[in-house]
Amino acid sequence: MTASPLLSVRHLTTEFRLDDGQVARALEDVSFDVLPSQTVGLVGESGCGKTTTVLSVMRLLPGNAQITGGTVLFRDTDLLTLGEPEMRRHRWKDIAIVFQGAMNALNPVMKIADQVREPILQHDLMDRFAADRRVDELLELVGIPRARRNQYPHQFSGGMRQRAMIAMALACSPDLLFADEPTTALDVMIQAQVFELFKRIQAELGLAIVLVTHDLGIVAEMCDVVVVMYGGMVAEVGPVDAVYNEPQHPYTQRLLAAFPDPSLAADLPAGGQDLATIPGTPPRLNALPPGCRFEPRCDRRMDRCREASPALVDVAVTGSGSTHRAACHLLGGRETGGPEAGGA
Amino acid sequence: MTTDPILEVRDLAVEFPLRQGIGDLVHRRPPRVVTAVDDVSFSLDPGEVLALAGESGCGKTTIARTLIGLGTATRGEILFKGRRVGGDPAEGPAISLKELRQKAQIMFQDPYESLDPRATIMDIVAEPLVVHGLAASEEQRLDRVVRALEEAGLRPADDYLRRRPHELSGGQRQRVVIASALVLEPDLLLADEPLSMLDVSIRAEILNLLNGLRRSRGISILFITHDLGIVGHFADRLAVMYLGRIVEMGPTRAVLHDPQHPYTRALLSVVPVPNPRLRRTPVILQGETPNPVDLPAGCRFHPRCPIAVEACRVTEPDLAWVRDAHRVACLLVAGASGDDAAARLPVDHAEG
Amino acid sequence: MSRAQAPRRGALRRGRRALGRNKLGAFGAILVLTAFFLAVCAPLLTQYAPTDVIRDAAGHGMTFAPPWEHGPLGTDDAGRDVWTQLVYGARISLTVAVLAGFIAMFIGSTVGITAGFVGGRADTGLMRVTDVLLVIPDLPLMLVLIATLRQMDLHVSPLAVLIVVIGLLYWTSTARLIRSQVLTVKERQFVDRSRAIGAGRIHIVRRRILPQIMPLIVVNTVLILSTAILVESGLAFLGFGDPTQPSWGTMLNFAFDRSAITNGAWWFYLPPGIAIVWVVLGFALLGNVMEERLNPRLAGHHLEGGKDMVSVQDVTEA
Repeated sequence: MTASPLLSVRHLTTEFRLDDGQVARALEDVSFDVLPSQTVGLVGESGCGKTTTVLSVMRLLPGNAQITGGTVLFRDTDLLTLGEPEMRRHRWKDIAIVFQGAMNALNPVMKIADQVREPILQHDLMDRFAADRRVDELLELVGIPRARRNQYPHQFSGGMRQRAMIAMALACSPDLLFADEPTTALDVMIQAQVFELFKRIQAELGLAIVLVTHDLGIVAEMCDVVVVMYGGMVAEVGPVDAVYNEPQHPYTQRLLAAFPDPSLAADLPAGGQDLATIPGTPPRLNALPPGCRFEPRCDRRMDRCREASPALVDVAVTGSGSTHRAACHLLGGRETGGPEAGGA
Repeated sequence: MTTDPILEVRDLAVEFPLRQGIGDLVHRRPPRVVTAVDDVSFSLDPGEVLALAGESGCGKTTIARTLIGLGTATRGEILFKGRRVGGDPAEGPAISLKELRQKAQIMFQDPYESLDPRATIMDIVAEPLVVHGLAASEEQRLDRVVRALEEAGLRPADDYLRRRPHELSGGQRQRVVIASALVLEPDLLLADEPLSMLDVSIRAEILNLLNGLRRSRGISILFITHDLGIVGHFADRLAVMYLGRIVEMGPTRAVLHDPQHPYTRALLSVVPVPNPRLRRTPVILQGETPNPVDLPAGCRFHPRCPIAVEACRVTEPDLAWVRDAHRVACLLVAGASGDDAAARLPVDHAEG
Repeated sequence: MSRAQAPRRGALRRGRRALGRNKLGAFGAILVLTAFFLAVCAPLLTQYAPTDVIRDAAGHGMTFAPPWEHGPLGTDDAGRDVWTQLVYGARISLTVAVLAGFIAMFIGSTVGITAGFVGGRADTGLMRVTDVLLVIPDLPLMLVLIATLRQMDLHVSPLAVLIVVIGLLYWTSTARLIRSQVLTVKERQFVDRSRAIGAGRIHIVRRRILPQIMPLIVVNTVLILSTAILVESGLAFLGFGDPTQPSWGTMLNFAFDRSAITNGAWWFYLPPGIAIVWVVLGFALLGNVMEERLNPRLAGHHLEGGKDMVSVQDVTEA
């Protein structure tokens, strides 16, 4: 029994106009679903389009970028068809975001409590006094001691500032939270604390989280579903267990092989062991090949791969409602194009 | 056959005095110090890789910087191939900082900041030769630079010589850094988190490159990292640091497979593992690493330690042998036999 | 040329392209270039010498002849051609300004780099001197210096005195600017790397720090030139120039002293005034645009940062 998705991204395509007039296709035909209370991991290396995906959904792209195709259904509304004022109503109230390097996004001259309160007041949800009580609730939820509510960002450590950002993001009780590399700059123990916090918040509030990261370990620990991106496209998507243990896309396979597994480290031979690597370099987004974007680096490529870009094809349908799919001709997929491709 | 260690660090301490306010000066208080590194000792054999791991503020970067002369040691000795660094020749064999910097090279974490944006790759890689007055003619310099670049995996070297750093990717820049370290054919490489700003697949490439260099040239590497996931693939020995001290040190496999110190056990229990089926109980320490200015009395880890007892508040433990080359600085572990110690610590990993 | 030397040309090309992209900067450049053209080609632009008296058909000196009687700019109170004085005056004004500007730039850069790089007591000492000079009002100090130097009967031209005095007093803002930039650059990791390699101070300053602050020095020099012309003109107007080698400021001085205004001989006092504004504006526009263009480059290329969207390399790693 599949629940109705909270967020449904279909065939999202985003282009950037570069300084010299060229156009870079940062996203092409990106599709994935987020169910209520689910944690989805958006994983890939730099330039794969994971942050662009988040910015596209939130409609926060810079001026030289444009969404040129696709739909983003939040419940029943296509966010891409909304005007800016309507979109603003959805932002923060329904979908919130915690940015990478969020610690530096805090206003240095405002008290933490005031900053957390700001979105509540801006969205006109309650009066000042109720807002203050809500702020106290939020601070407690994220583990910031009440006594420190009136301190300034510079008095907080990195981990604490990240908690403040999370409190701000939750201020208007969103149903979906985007977290873009929320722990990249933090120590591993603080990172563990932050993820413990995410899990607790999810359990208490029923929040859905989309976690953008390059760390395959974090995805394995935190996420139910993983979306593997490469060169602006979705290479593979599915339940974490399925993708990690039976990866279908050659890129996913090689990425997993290149990522060290500390739990197996004790079994490595003395003198170290080389990690698997992926030969070649990621594609230039302003000069994309007509076929599969991973083809130049793939060791199992066929002639077909150079001619046409593969569409996402079902690998297996699991009972959890999330299908394991990969975009690879080896699975006998159809070519891209046409609105009939894709669908949960 | 014993070979002398390439590097020996004995009781190294690095302190930074804090600036005093008017009140301090008026009351003639002694200046407070930040003890970034406190009584650290270790050695490194030729061709060996020692990983210095820990979270930010533990002192690992300070050690690397002090070893290469970018900072001064407050106490302790550094010996390179048996000769004291910056020592008085009258008191025994010494090596000048200049000579040390020919034989030892450092590699920084940020490939975007450690290269001069206005210099060409040729300039950057040739700089060590120029600074030390080696390779007098332009051809000789060119030759050595090309060889270093190719050894670092940048082939054909000609394509890179005239480029500037911003034209290269992060991985390529780290290779340039490695090439510039290789050009003097050093015996020791201090690698300060060289992989943390690189993509996953690029990390693998650079790691393999360093591994290859270690095997082909016998370079010793002091590998500083906060990423415990990578050390197993690379390091012969692992030293875990906390607040300026080494709390556990031993063969990598031993430390990873059977960590003794509660801090190491906690760290290893929270390092993300790319295996969704793994079941384990993470030991998540509360709070943050305290400020090194106000060190707690006794064992510096005791405020956050899940198994601390009264004695831990009083005595600071030294590194003591547990078994073979595996040492731990913990009152509850040190000196006990392997079995006893394991029995007293909470079990926290089970393979799924 | 060795194969490692090509990029220096690239910097010049980039600079020129940067100028081209901004019209104000191009405009400023045109203003400056025409002034220099006037100065350099003076003898070609006029048949007279600045001291020649223009006589009419009857042999009388044509005093205060308006431009429609004797072009293009008429004559002054002694019958000398104003246009000639203008183009030859350009030489004096620009020479004094450029020499003074370079002296100021040189002193300022040296002080700034030394203070910023060496730090410690040298820094404190140099900055105290800088502060003192900044605080004392420029004009009175310059007048005092000029008067003193002249008293000393050194047998140097008054212009040399002007150049030295302006140069000695206008380096202070440059010094402060350069010092703070050096302090920033000094902390960057690539400087640490050079130190770790074993580079000495001179190598680091020459190879690592100077290239980073060079754009700042260039921009600052251009802006100082702007000020220097103004100051020189002011001092010359007050009578401290060399009357035998009149600059634009001196021309204004003459015009004032010799009743050009009461005589309504605007062709004598307007042209030098406009010329001064012309050049000052030119240098100022040029300097401002160059600052905008060159400063961001101090931080590195805009595609840096690991979030490359477009893969920047076209050579495959081995």
